[in-house]
Amino acid sequence: MNPSRAVHLGLRRAGIDFVASVPCINLQELLGLIDADPDIIHLPATREEEGVGICAGAWMGGRRPALLMQNSGPGNCINALASLDMLYGIPLLMIISHRGGRGESIIGQVPMGQLTVPLLEAMGIFHLSPSPAEAGEAVAEAWNRAESGHSPVAVLFDLDFWRSL
Amino acid sequence: MKRIEAIALAGRAAAQQDALLICNIGYPSRELFSVSDRPENFYMLGSMGLASSIGLGLAIAQQKKRRVMVLDGDGSLLMNLGSLASIAHHAPENYLLVILDNCCYGSTGSQPTCTSLGTDLAAMARAAGVRSVRRAEDREQLAEALLGQGVVVAGVEAGNAHVPIISLSPQEILERFMRCARPAPQS
Repeated sequence: MNPSRAVHLGLRRAGIDFVASVPCINLQELLGLIDADPDIIHLPATREEEGVGICAGAWMGGRRPALLMQNSGPGNCINALASLDMLYGIPLLMIISHRGGRGESIIGQVPMGQLTVPLLEAMGIFHLSPSPAEAGEAVAEAWNRAESGHSPVAVLFDLDFWRSL
Repeated sequence: MKRIEAIALAGRAAAQQDALLICNIGYPSRELFSVSDRPENFYMLGSMGLASSIGLGLAIAQQKKRRVMVLDGDGSLLMNLGSLASIAHHAPENYLLVILDNCCYGSTGSQPTCTSLGTDLAAMARAAGVRSVRRAEDREQLAEALLGQGVVVAGVEAGNAHVPIISLSPQEILERFMRCARPAPQS
């Protein structure tokens, strides 16, 4: 399946009905699918940390929120993830374009690309890196973990994921 | 006006309007808790800068059915100025951001912020595209502005009231708030 459609299907399966985003080129097609989905409210954020706040408010108001971003985003979010989501027990599904790995052509993507998983691990944030065939189920499972664990979770999609068809 | 007076006015207005109220971290939340506690108040204990964003997500989630008021500060808003642009273009009419501007970081020893040097948060909100921006310099102006939408910048004196820390756990704050904030199930 087309990778962007696979992630969108996962969001639908998880019942995600609210998305905040900071774009990545690899999220372009997925963001288009979300904008065309009448069941999802999409709010572009100016910065990923702002998106964490917006999604927390959406959860308090009865929505199931996801934050779409590049992996530079978690670096901008750490305090908010810890002292808002983790402190109060607010779930959040993070859909992350994971740059900086195999096949990366932009050298500036490499440092945060290498730090993304160690940062998530240090924070104790559950994360998955599924293939396109696994993506739908992985996204739905990740949301279930977020909701039952009252915590943020992350699903990482690397360059190989977006290039696969 | 003293900040706790402005907070008391806002707390009372929120109660009268049946509004959900998001309150900024530090002494503002402690002052609100001491003068006007209700389950519809969400007290921030961390994530400085995100009050306006939490309120924005909440107001959109409510789909105009419930009024949302946010009490923010000059120092906190200066950490998240992009929020003004998001509010300008995405905030629904049920959203009101009240910036209590005391020109300093009041909870950390009153170090001056740039608003003490002339940075104008109301002008910044207007420049970001917020259509309804008001200033309130006294209780009467603030009481009137609290009936509106958009952004209000209220000038308040520096200094904190002698109020205790909030006696609720984060989970208690969230649970009682969400019982009020979640839409009633469709019958």
